[in-house]
Amino acid sequence: MKFDAPAGKTIVDDPTVIGKSTRRIDGPRKTTGTAPYAYERHDVVSGQAYGYIVGSAIARGRITAMNLDAARKAPGVIAVIAATETEPVGTSPFNTAPLFGGRDIAHYHQAIACVVAETFEQARAAAALIRTTYDRDAGDYDLAKVKDGAKIAPGWSVPEDIQRNGNFAEAYAAAPVQLDQTYTTPDEAHAMMEPFATIAAWEGDKLTLWTSNQMINWSKRALASILKMPAENIRLDSPFIGGGFGGKLFIRADAVLAALGAKAAGRPVKIAMQRPLMFNNATHRPATIQRVRIGTDADGRILAMGHECWSGNLPGGSAENGAAQTRALYSGPDNLTVSYISRLDLPEGNAMRAPGEAVGHLALEVAMDELAEKLGLDPIEFRLRNEPERMPGDPSKRFSGRHLVECLREGADRFGWSARQSRPASVRDGRWLVGMGVAAGYRGAPITKSAARVSLDNAGRVRVETDMTDIGTGSYTIIAQTAAECIGVPLDQVRVDLGDSRSPVSSGSGGQWGAASSTAGVYAACVELRRMVAEKFGMNADTARFEGGRVVDGKTRRRLAEAGPLSAEGQMDYGDFQNDYDMGTYAGHFAEVGVDAYTGEVRIRRMLAVCDAGRILNPLSARSQVIGAMVMSAGSALMEDLVVDKRFGFFVNHDLAGYEVPVHADIPHQEVVFLDTLDDVISPLKAKGVGELGICGPGAAIANAVYNATGVRVRDYPITLDKLIDKLPDVA
Amino acid sequence: MSDPILPVTRRALLGSSAASVAILTAGEAKAGNVAASAASIRMPVSLTVNGTERLLTLDPRTTLLDALREHLQLTGTKKGCDHGQCGACTVIVNGERINSCLSLAVQHAGDEVTTIEGLGTPDKLHPMQDAFVEHDGYQCGYCTPGQICSSVAMLKEIARGVPSHVTGDLDGEMRATDVEIRERMSGNICRCGAYSNIAAAIADVARG
Ligand code: FES
Ligand code: FES
Repeated sequence: MKFDAPAGKTIVDDPTVIGKSTRRIDGPRKTTGTAPYAYERHDVVSGQAYGYIVGSAIARGRITAMNLDAARKAPGVIAVIAATETEPVGTSPFNTAPLFGGRDIAHYHQAIACVVAETFEQARAAAALIRTTYDRDAGDYDLAKVKDGAKIAPGWSVPEDIQRNGNFAEAYAAAPVQLDQTYTTPDEAHAMMEPFATIAAWEGDKLTLWTSNQMINWSKRALASILKMPAENIRLDSPFIGGGFGGKLFIRADAVLAALGAKAAGRPVKIAMQRPLMFNNATHRPATIQRVRIGTDADGRILAMGHECWSGNLPGGSAENGAAQTRALYSGPDNLTVSYISRLDLPEGNAMRAPGEAVGHLALEVAMDELAEKLGLDPIEFRLRNEPERMPGDPSKRFSGRHLVECLREGADRFGWSARQSRPASVRDGRWLVGMGVAAGYRGAPITKSAARVSLDNAGRVRVETDMTDIGTGSYTIIAQTAAECIGVPLDQVRVDLGDSRSPVSSGSGGQWGAASSTAGVYAACVELRRMVAEKFGMNADTARFEGGRVVDGKTRRRLAEAGPLSAEGQMDYGDFQNDYDMGTYAGHFAEVGVDAYTGEVRIRRMLAVCDAGRILNPLSARSQVIGAMVMSAGSALMEDLVVDKRFGFFVNHDLAGYEVPVHADIPHQEVVFLDTLDDVISPLKAKGVGELGICGPGAAIANAVYNATGVRVRDYPITLDKLIDKLPDVA
Repeated sequence: MSDPILPVTRRALLGSSAASVAILTAGEAKAGNVAASAASIRMPVSLTVNGTERLLTLDPRTTLLDALREHLQLTGTKKGCDHGQCGACTVIVNGERINSCLSLAVQHAGDEVTTIEGLGTPDKLHPMQDAFVEHDGYQCGYCTPGQICSSVAMLKEIARGVPSHVTGDLDGEMRATDVEIRERMSGNICRCGAYSNIAAAIADVARG
């Protein structure tokens, strides 16, 4: 069905299941270890051999020789596939770095071999026997060095026209109050807990991959192009995914090597990419350098807003568009937002949770804090004075549903913002310097077509099948809630099957579009099923009510089960009317930190997010999405940093010991409030995603709190104690 | 598999597993015929897993984690890093939580191992499992079995009076305070960031 005008009356206007906090239907399996992740599927095919990946030891150049003899003779080895003996595999629109084959090396730890053996231990031991020699080429690994030759970035996430509106330079020069600051963010890793993993099996020319992937249909198409085979001969199955955060949007070397290895071995092959390879073999969030210039009048009204962002990538790779939110957040007639890209020979940079905005807020929302101080305004008041009526970066667009002002006001009340001292370093609690910070949050709310099949059996049970994925987001449960609501059955009568490429094609999970899109697709299929049921009962589908396992139309009343078995497919498509709107999600983020007056150690004391994201389908799991994103944002503010070896071109701290992410002890209790809003422009469910909104702003709120606590402004993330310690106020 | 099975005593077995570690280390430096020859050895090991005695014949390089996941097909215990960095592989051995990727299976002859499958089932959840579902103490679920095994054993550590880095009074009564819970669970990474909910779930169980 087509959603081609803002939602009027829908079949979910008085919900009894959606919108209610609901324990996840997959929870009992996840908590008992019975939810099967990719590498664990002993039951799907017999004779699984083990693959072990070897990564390149140089960042750029050519393999001169590989000695594979010892590995091939090692005990248990079934097959060795080597880059020097394999034609480069194909490319896909979703991959930048080459995945395997040929002598050329594009980045460090690019896969160059895979050993297949009877056991994991044998494959690992044999892989260590491969000797490779290289001709190393020079490469560019330092963003600050290549920045000046950067080009304006092309591609989906980057506005080409850097001056949409007005003349930034003149407006900025004329502004009575100005701020011009530069911020840097480091490369970051997804570091999802489940490694990339695949079991591959061939049956003639048909290939099945039990894998861990966020976007089943993209990846099926990509794999077809990479392996140069018809997509219809490929099946992907990903019912459980141990975290993705964008890292599993695309096919990675584990899938390619499992497929090639299984062909070479003549048996199914399973591979989990070794953790120390993941950081350089796969994608990461690229480092940025961001310059923010804001000019205001004496009352703090923004006259000119400029945000430029530099990042680097392999040739053909996209930019990290840190300026994205700046086109939408604050009024200002002259708005300059632009991303520049340079070539870097580091591993491929690509989407990580809220690409662009996550790091963009770390710059913009600190700049807003700095300017508020300059203006002598409370940072919330400064933001309220600049609430736009239309999208500043593109005034042809209205906002679909925007309640940022309420988010900030409600948050201020709940957090006790009025107790904040505007003079930095003025609150002391024992050895701790204490401060509060605020940031606004904006993340686009994209929605995209999505399909599902909904079936009814003759016991009145409902089954939903779609290739949608649940990467921890709670898709299983919100999809079950949607079907239960639309068909009028209890939640426990709904079964949901996800992640199988044989099912109707969904939106997949990415870009915060998954929840809104996939449930709208299920809604469309349910509307079709209702029509079929009504027809069978001779009822009018528009007036029939589906509730409590019954269908009621006027005086007629039938048990739903009597209509089964029936099966309906539906897809939700979207009309052009949405182009007239900027569809976004909004948040007010608050943080309180303590900074050790002696050591500079930063401890987060409290965090609050007040979110506006339309209807919240399952407040329980939506809250988890937001707190999880707040944790990741705390990580980027305070510790996460893929350290680049600028001589040899790789990320040095490529494991979970060296790449520090927040742990239990780093994170306090977190509070999340959802404003009760509905966005009728987005879909009949009026719901938007929240999984990325939560990472847009909390890091800046923490950075602003550190400044408020200490009077030290650190503009190079992460804010580690070495950057604070020699500037801290004297210890009395 | 045609590899010979060596009948060995527990003492000899422990001795040779230590030797095989040494061989592997040397193998890295000298490439590896040494490592390759170690690969043809199999050793019997018997351990009790979730109350049932299991006899396995293993390559001595097999970690306890892989013995569980690959040989016993108890895949509830997760491999996040294989290097002792994440806690996803946490199981309870003789009442203590350990990272099962950091020890070889043959070191555990005679040991009592409890995995997530031994705590409860989907139809009969352990109170900690139920608390995780109730508080949404997970997202992707991959760190979850490790978090749950860790938290069950951790509460017993507190009950036994084992101090932690944040314990203020070593002589006083030890309590499962919020700070203690967060400190003691810090070896279990959750990249989904469910910490706040995990702490709430554990606190619920600790209160009884
Ligand atoms: S798998 Fe054992 S600690 Fe990570
Ligand atoms: S639930 Fe995903 S890592 Fe913890």
